[in-house]
Amino acid sequence: MKIFVCIKQVPDTETKMKISPDANSIDTTGVKWVINPYDEYAIEEALKCREANPGSQVYILSAGPSKRVSESLRTALAMGADEGLVINAPEGLDCFSTARALAAVITSEGGASLVFTGKLAIDDNASSVSQMLAEFLKAPHVTVVSKLSISPEGVSAERDIEGGSKEIFALKTPAVIGANKGLNTPRYASLPGIMKAKKKVLKEIEFASLNISASDQKVRLSQFSLPPEKPAVKMLSGDSTAQASELIKLLRDEAKAL
Amino acid sequence: MSKVFVFAEHKSGSLKRGAMELLQAAKKSGHAVIGMAVGSGAEVAAKEMGHHGAKEVHVIKDPGLNNYNPELYAAAVTFVLEKTQPQILLASASSLAKDLFPKIAARMNTGIASDCTELNISGDVVTAKKPLYSGKAFASVCFENSPLKIVLMRANQLPVSSADTTQTAQIVEHPMIAVADLKTILKEVVHGASEKLDLTEANIVVSGGRGLKEAGNFKLLNDLADVLGATVGASRAVVDAGWVPHGMQVGQTGKTVAPTLYIAVGISGAIQHLAGMSGSKVVVAINNDPAAPIFQKATYGIVGDLFDVVPKLTEEFKKALKH
Repeated sequence: MKIFVCIKQVPDTETKMKISPDANSIDTTGVKWVINPYDEYAIEEALKCREANPGSQVYILSAGPSKRVSESLRTALAMGADEGLVINAPEGLDCFSTARALAAVITSEGGASLVFTGKLAIDDNASSVSQMLAEFLKAPHVTVVSKLSISPEGVSAERDIEGGSKEIFALKTPAVIGANKGLNTPRYASLPGIMKAKKKVLKEIEFASLNISASDQKVRLSQFSLPPEKPAVKMLSGDSTAQASELIKLLRDEAKAL
Repeated sequence: MSKVFVFAEHKSGSLKRGAMELLQAAKKSGHAVIGMAVGSGAEVAAKEMGHHGAKEVHVIKDPGLNNYNPELYAAAVTFVLEKTQPQILLASASSLAKDLFPKIAARMNTGIASDCTELNISGDVVTAKKPLYSGKAFASVCFENSPLKIVLMRANQLPVSSADTTQTAQIVEHPMIAVADLKTILKEVVHGASEKLDLTEANIVVSGGRGLKEAGNFKLLNDLADVLGATVGASRAVVDAGWVPHGMQVGQTGKTVAPTLYIAVGISGAIQHLAGMSGSKVVVAINNDPAAPIFQKATYGIVGDLFDVVPKLTEEFKKALKH
């Protein structure tokens, strides 16, 4: 089985955001870059699939400035993936163009039986690339997957929806799976894994060589801002009975939240 | 005049609040409002959509659309979009729509802005504001090269006034749209235990963290939530500890919430959690540590023992809400 995992490099969740002077992006100076947390579940699931299907190969694919993004690909290779592919692309690519580029590379590499992604990237929260990629590959998809089983007939995937409910889908392969937390526990890169990763193939592909049209850029982000400052907290004093009745009064009369 | 298309979700014919918000926002834009509803009860929902501003509502009543299937839904919605040719499409940023509309955007070669909190329609120009990094920053989304501009709005962001029963919509019915070589089959829907609104839709959220000391103590929060009609959430720490399922996690690797009232109990306030709750209008923090970062993001703070404070609150709310 040929398995692709599409990952995105994002600022670590501990990052405090700053806005660039032109307000057209965030200021990435000093940002620690990591693999999007949901993509770690995608990588782990791909590795588990390979273990269950000997002879399979796991390819990790990502788009972005290649020098920076390659570090995340090396981490994925250290976790155990076989080969990395980086699309050297400019910052600010939208979901549509990204999905086009990922689809172009997967197709030119001979296609995939399974493609894994995270359910969303924690930077733009768009949760769009997996479904677009599936559409471009003419493959079915399920996103927000917390349980997956694979058989020769296809895959069965449990998707988490509102209120703790689940939709269980059967899909024909090739298919695109968007991983949710709970799907598995991602492994850490071991020291031997890190050593081995240094020798693994990491192929670089120029975005320009993929002939993605400029009209595939569909949305653009601008006017970045930080959330407005909250007014100072009002601390409630007295014993718990006094605090409780004071709070209810404030919620009702001042905040009008009840 | 442009056409604004609203894809409305309903529960057995009764419109979800998000759909009402979007229909009314679409009406306010001055454009013609076209609606769509599918599955059993779609016709009942369509009538209600008329009362909220839709001029024309397309329905596919086939029970094959009672539950979500990406391929069948994409075929049905694309069919109606091609018939009606709208310039703008609005839907709620629900589990269903967030999964479906990126697929439709790809199929129709157009752009989508997902998970938005503000919407501005001025003539044919649509701009939306969306949170990034789960609310640590915001940006405005502009469309390019998009014949259809798709915006998915989070619930509870737009005002809703009551239905105007003097306004009615023309209802246009279509048969089920078949998909040749269907690759996706919905086998089963397993309903969660909770009948409450999802965290992402809830108007009041009560969340618990490590301060609760053990899983069983979430009962204190359930009691408070029952009185308030609230949904219960949790911090990442207690989800990772296995006390509650991941579906309850609020934060950058959980759900982003935007209720009117957020009550954080025994949550210190890690930056990821603060991001996920930052859309809340009023925040109440209850913690025994006066230095907890949660207080910096709170509107009202109570330093105290939650095992003493929370039952008191439940009791006082019970009294107050009776009147």
